[in-house]
Amino acid sequence: MYYRQAGQFYTTYSQDSRIIPVREDRWIIYVVVLAGFCLVPFFASDYWLSGILIPWLALSLVALGQNILMGYTGQLSLGSAGFMAAGAFACYNIELRIEWMPFFGSLILSGIIAAMIGIVFGLPSLRVRGLYLMVATLASQFFIIWVIDKFGWFKNYDSSGIITAQDIVIFGKSFTTPAEEYLVCLFVCAVMTVIALNMVRGSVGRNWMAVRDMDVAAEVMGISLLKTKLQAFAISSFYCGVGGALFAFAFLKSMEPVAFDILLSFRILFMVIIGGLGTIIGCYLGAGFILLMPVFLNIFFHAVFGQAVDATLTSALEQVIFGVMIILFMIYQPLGMARILEIMQERLRKWPFKI
Amino acid sequence: MSVSAQAEPASRAFPIGEPILELDSISLRFGGVKAITDVSFDVREHEIRAIIGPNGAGKSSMLNVINGLYTPQEGNITFRGQRIDNMTPAKAASLGISRTFQNIALFKRMSVLDNIMAGRTLFSHATFLEVAFQLPRARREERQNREKAEEIIEFLEIEHIRKTTVSQLPYGLQKRVELGRALAAEPQVLLLDEPMAGMNVEEKQDMCRFVLDVNDHYGTTFVLIEHDMGVVMDISDRVVVLDYGKTIGDGTPDEVRNNQDVIDAYLGVAH
Repeated sequence: MYYRQAGQFYTTYSQDSRIIPVREDRWIIYVVVLAGFCLVPFFASDYWLSGILIPWLALSLVALGQNILMGYTGQLSLGSAGFMAAGAFACYNIELRIEWMPFFGSLILSGIIAAMIGIVFGLPSLRVRGLYLMVATLASQFFIIWVIDKFGWFKNYDSSGIITAQDIVIFGKSFTTPAEEYLVCLFVCAVMTVIALNMVRGSVGRNWMAVRDMDVAAEVMGISLLKTKLQAFAISSFYCGVGGALFAFAFLKSMEPVAFDILLSFRILFMVIIGGLGTIIGCYLGAGFILLMPVFLNIFFHAVFGQAVDATLTSALEQVIFGVMIILFMIYQPLGMARILEIMQERLRKWPFKI
Repeated sequence: MSVSAQAEPASRAFPIGEPILELDSISLRFGGVKAITDVSFDVREHEIRAIIGPNGAGKSSMLNVINGLYTPQEGNITFRGQRIDNMTPAKAASLGISRTFQNIALFKRMSVLDNIMAGRTLFSHATFLEVAFQLPRARREERQNREKAEEIIEFLEIEHIRKTTVSQLPYGLQKRVELGRALAAEPQVLLLDEPMAGMNVEEKQDMCRFVLDVNDHYGTTFVLIEHDMGVVMDISDRVVVLDYGKTIGDGTPDEVRNNQDVIDAYLGVAH
């Protein structure tokens, strides 16, 4: 009842294949994005902005890249943090060495550098698949971090091995407060999400999914496996690289290569799986779940037990509960949070006539 | 089965023409196993050509050779008078050879529409950047491909399941969608690997009707493998019979039906 799809007739094919075909859905998204741009920066505290929302947006972008590769193209990969590092350090070096480069230029270039590295590490996908490919992509994770660690040039020969990201400057204005950095992240995420949606609903996305679902048939249809797989690796790495650069410049600020370790790759993998493989909205939901749930549990435990119980005990309990939640999630909704959202929408459409 | 294309050959919209596809002494081995031995036959334009034979006769291998999934050790493939060396699936697709598979090879997690649109790959030239930014060429191609896809959907009477995910469809409809996906490529030659396996009589009749309609409407040449003799004898123009990877009969359905070697292969022979 909340949705009134009745009366919404599509008279052209382009209307039928819009990103969000239902009018009500479209309005919700407009309102949410508008609120994200206009309300959140003024009302959210600095802790929320720089501690939660900025990493959420940056990691959502990385999850989006991982999802393009894993969810849409069916190529298991475990190197997303490596490509994040590539993007972050590329962005640092471009900002450092090319004076006139605007920030968005650096961001795009660092994405392209990550994409080129992604193509190289995607080459095994032409020979191996499934878990074996995952192990092969593990190489990127370790190799990229090792290279950045080994050669001082990437870190501008900093003796401590820790680099400090430059301020974000766009059109001569520096974006340094949490609210400003958040706006930059939100803008990049919004643009790149629309681009991703365009790709997955068009011929590019169909080729990816065809390769995922039945590669022999895809080949017989004239889809080049080589091109499609490497393209997916490149675009996925591009998203990871840009996400990594945002993560570094807006959230970490000062970092060493170890910040992008295998654990981060695993977290991104979980975000994609819990959010929903092969969905765009799932990337945001999954990243939110993985990032926010520990925070909520922490707040909850503090509120309930206060100082009465030892802090180490509560933090251990949080971990246990978080783990159990993930297990339950996988048992009851293996298709992820995006599927839950879909079911909710379906229910809302029929409510109150059918519950 | 009452449908018949042979009844009045003269009334066909696309009369049978010159050989479009010629297979010349094809031999295919997997290690020591001889799948196909010295098989030659041709397929004429606009005709419906059936390949029959007992299980393991090398029929599917033959289709795989034609569209480049297998490379034969010996023999030549000639397409429209042009010899094709090293046939690959990509080359076959660009020549206009499309196919369906014995065990349905649809893109299971995609909708019917997306499957058929995926069959339009050869007609999508927009690069990923054009698609990403929805530039004019990407939009135009998307619209044109959609129009063609809708034409096929209407043709195959699957409008009601357009947006349904393929894995949720019953077997018979999946077979039909797979035919649709192959048709979306606007093929010159369409290879069907057991299009009617596991279907009930009505579904078989529907499928026969679609094959004949496509042949009549688009002039598509068919090469089909089928075990149902009723279907084969009814709809095909010429039949080639394989047994143990060798040709044992080739000709019109009537000729093949009366061929002693074929009868022996199917019914067995006293030694």
